[in-house]
Amino acid sequence: MSTFYTVLPILFLAIAGMIMLMSGVFTDRDHSFAITAASIVVLAIAARLLVAAPGGTIFHGLYQTNDFTRFADVLVALGAIGALALSVTFNRNIGITRFEFPVLVLFAVTGMVVLVSASDLITLYIGFEIQSLALYVLAAFARHNLRSSEAGLKYFVLGALSSGLLLYGISLVYGFAGTTNFAGIAHALAGHPTAAVGSTIGLVFVLVGLAFKISAAPFHMWTPDVYEGAPTSVTAFFATAPKIAVFALLLRVMLGPFGPVLGQWRDLVQIIAAASMVIGAIGAIRQTSIKRLMGYSSIGHMGYALMGLAAGTAAGVSGALIYLAIYLVMSLGTFGCIIAMSRGRQPVERIADLAGMASDDPRFAFVLAVMMWSMAGIPPLAGFFGKFYVFAAAINAGLGPLAVLGIITSVIAAFYYLRVIKVMYFDAGEPGLDRRSAGVSLVMGAAAAFTVLFVFHPSTLTTLSTMAAHALMTSQGF
Amino acid sequence: MNFHLLSLMTWLPLAGAVLMYFTGDSANPATARNARWIALWTSLLVLVLAVVMVVGFNPSVHGFQFVDSAEWIPAYGIGYRMGVDGISLFFVALSALLTPVAVLASWRESRRVRDYMAAFLLLETMTIGMFSALDFLLFYIFFEGVLIPMYLIIGVWGGERRIHAAVKFFLFTLAGSLPMLLALVWMWHHAGTTDMVQLMHTAIAPTTQDWLFVAFLLSFGVKAAVWPMHTWLPDAYGEAPLPGTIMLAAVLSKMGAYGFLRFSLPMLPQATAYFEPFMFALGIIGIVYISFAALAQTDIKRMIAYSSVAHMGLIVVGIFTVTVAGIEGALFQMVSHGLVIAALFLCVGILLARGHSLRLDQLGGLASRMPVYATFLMLFVMANVGLPGTSGFVGEILVMIGAIQANFWVALLVGSGMILSVMYMLVMIRRVLFDKARSVANAVMADIGPREWLMLAPLAVLVIVLGFVPGGLTHIFDGAVQDLVHAHVAALSSGAHARLAMIKQ
Repeated sequence: MSTFYTVLPILFLAIAGMIMLMSGVFTDRDHSFAITAASIVVLAIAARLLVAAPGGTIFHGLYQTNDFTRFADVLVALGAIGALALSVTFNRNIGITRFEFPVLVLFAVTGMVVLVSASDLITLYIGFEIQSLALYVLAAFARHNLRSSEAGLKYFVLGALSSGLLLYGISLVYGFAGTTNFAGIAHALAGHPTAAVGSTIGLVFVLVGLAFKISAAPFHMWTPDVYEGAPTSVTAFFATAPKIAVFALLLRVMLGPFGPVLGQWRDLVQIIAAASMVIGAIGAIRQTSIKRLMGYSSIGHMGYALMGLAAGTAAGVSGALIYLAIYLVMSLGTFGCIIAMSRGRQPVERIADLAGMASDDPRFAFVLAVMMWSMAGIPPLAGFFGKFYVFAAAINAGLGPLAVLGIITSVIAAFYYLRVIKVMYFDAGEPGLDRRSAGVSLVMGAAAAFTVLFVFHPSTLTTLSTMAAHALMTSQGF
Repeated sequence: MNFHLLSLMTWLPLAGAVLMYFTGDSANPATARNARWIALWTSLLVLVLAVVMVVGFNPSVHGFQFVDSAEWIPAYGIGYRMGVDGISLFFVALSALLTPVAVLASWRESRRVRDYMAAFLLLETMTIGMFSALDFLLFYIFFEGVLIPMYLIIGVWGGERRIHAAVKFFLFTLAGSLPMLLALVWMWHHAGTTDMVQLMHTAIAPTTQDWLFVAFLLSFGVKAAVWPMHTWLPDAYGEAPLPGTIMLAAVLSKMGAYGFLRFSLPMLPQATAYFEPFMFALGIIGIVYISFAALAQTDIKRMIAYSSVAHMGLIVVGIFTVTVAGIEGALFQMVSHGLVIAALFLCVGILLARGHSLRLDQLGGLASRMPVYATFLMLFVMANVGLPGTSGFVGEILVMIGAIQANFWVALLVGSGMILSVMYMLVMIRRVLFDKARSVANAVMADIGPREWLMLAPLAVLVIVLGFVPGGLTHIFDGAVQDLVHAHVAALSSGAHARLAMIKQ
């Protein structure tokens, strides 16, 4: 019976998604608003079920629930809820109001939940593909828009490539370790050095495949284009839930089955983290589109979070999880602002369009300024704490040079975050943006409140993330 | 005795700033009026609390007083800890004194008044919090958080090149403070806590101390504008609105000097001894080179800004003599400089408000037309160059005594800096007050009004009183400075013993 309760959230998500799909198909009227609202409720219930799901490994080691997966699942659900709340008005404005949108988000989340809880390479791959398939469609959702189609195609081709790499890596690991089960792989790698050598090659492929999905450099090329091309409502989703799910998976895979060969992959992760921080900082400087800017910014943020993985300790995992949670909120807040940027119901995306925002709409300017400062890591805002924990983990694990590099790129990145604030507060202009919808205002307000007030009570998130990290580090032996 | 005095002083301005946003929409002129009065009353209330604190402070007690603590991130050994000792007491008081002055000085500001006043109150929260923080992370948050209001103050209400100045200020300071974040993380890892009192009693290996010292030097040096990390300063001081310049020069620059006293000296004694000549060199180059740079300025505001940097050089030398006289001189000089530089910038603001140009070649002859103004300006200039009978003299002479104990040549060069400061300040006085009056088309020549009296008179009284009764100030921080120097000497000798022991083995 406990097996049923463990698997219940996935069943719930999948069945709810199918029911909504059917109700959309077999009715004539446009129910997209109702279906979006229902999806938000479904996601909230699913999050509750995920938290309540009994811990343990089921289906002969295919699927596992523990504090770590609960933490990541809740973040994923929050990201999806936020993105859905942002999507309604925007989709209506650009004429892509279709009931498939929330349904695809639900299916993607189903894949992510499977992904996060996978404790076998096969489950991992299945979850990965369930998620990716929905995301490919979403990227090209504005199908009459050339740029959106281009973004969809780009994302599909590169996504397929990364899936291929991942599958190739999985097959190599299976070949040398003799099992696809996480615990079995960990056992094989710990006990047999020869198996470790072959599996390391597979490990590299797995790492690259996953790095593609979290847009870590040097596998980041698709990010700015897809961020810019896809409709903003989709970008908001891309920037949050999938990144967190795949990052959680990355933490699980690297520290679980590949934990015994930490020494083999740590340098690799350090290089990826360093490259991401540098490219995220340098690439964003010359951007004029705020969506492209966010694309580069997300590359940089993944670099900082990877610092926690490179540390390879419980503190590192905890730091990365805190970073991801705060990144999620900041991204939702920022994308709330970007979605609110429309003039005459047409989205505007240039940073220069924000000139004079501070006197025109002080609330908007305040929220976006808070998000930018927070992303730059200026205390007392939440983003500072994210950086603080990963820097702490990195230094304690003896990765001083990486932390120093992180500091240098922080200063460079601060420059372009400041530019957004500069345009809003110092430049004169008449932005004349449309009125925001209630959903967007709600997401923006909630994100700003979290970011500003986090400093007064950081310990709850720290406690939860420490529990999650502990669960991950102790579940290796199953 | 403990009624959360420091926390109250720290968070009251923030509450005032939040309150402003509940007094109606920004289009209403009454909102601007409300914002001004809220800012004034909040900052005055904090000033009253500061007076209560100074009166209630017991100088004969060792360690920190008015200690206030609460759980914050207990699992990581990080807590909310506040407290003051003789060293930090006056900086808290200085921040509390100068914020209402800055608010009064911006009474005529008409652009987005509410945001402006909120930024100043936020700045007060950050500065008071920073000077009273006893937890390293808390300290860092306040130290760095200052950037946010200051960036807006310079960028929104500043002069022509405000954007350049604001961005330069922000990036310089951020680049300076991030190394301290690494130092913070390392020390936290090393000691298992960020409690500053415990960190002061945690021994650190001498080679590591050198690295940490460099990290602290970068962050505090940029904040205190120690040569050659001062290049952001002329821009920021020149372009910020006057009240912003007052806060920058009088309070924010003290953050760096305070950091040296609170972190570098007690926590890194060996490194302090090792870097002592280096710090002397930086301080002296600052004094001499910046004095010449000041002499070359054509703008009265920039000239005073450079004079401020030169004085920071003096303060750095005083601190790193690590003698009781030198540190007390530096502390005295910091308080005095805070008062004097604020007053000098207020005097500049008075000219500005009357439509005068700030260019020295367009000013002149004000002594006969604005006699009261001229008297005030003269007094503050004299205090700035260290005339006996003013507070500036006490600080400088104490630093000189400390310097001569450390090294004769250092004292000589510091003394030459004092002569240079007389040179450029007298040049300024001559041009502004005594030269032939130049034709200034539409400048008003009215002497100072009641609001300006209210700002200048308390500062003038303090400057003279401190000049004649310096003991009133020194006896309060004497104990803390004695403890600091003794702990430093003890740490050095025990460190030497440890090294000898290693050699013997």
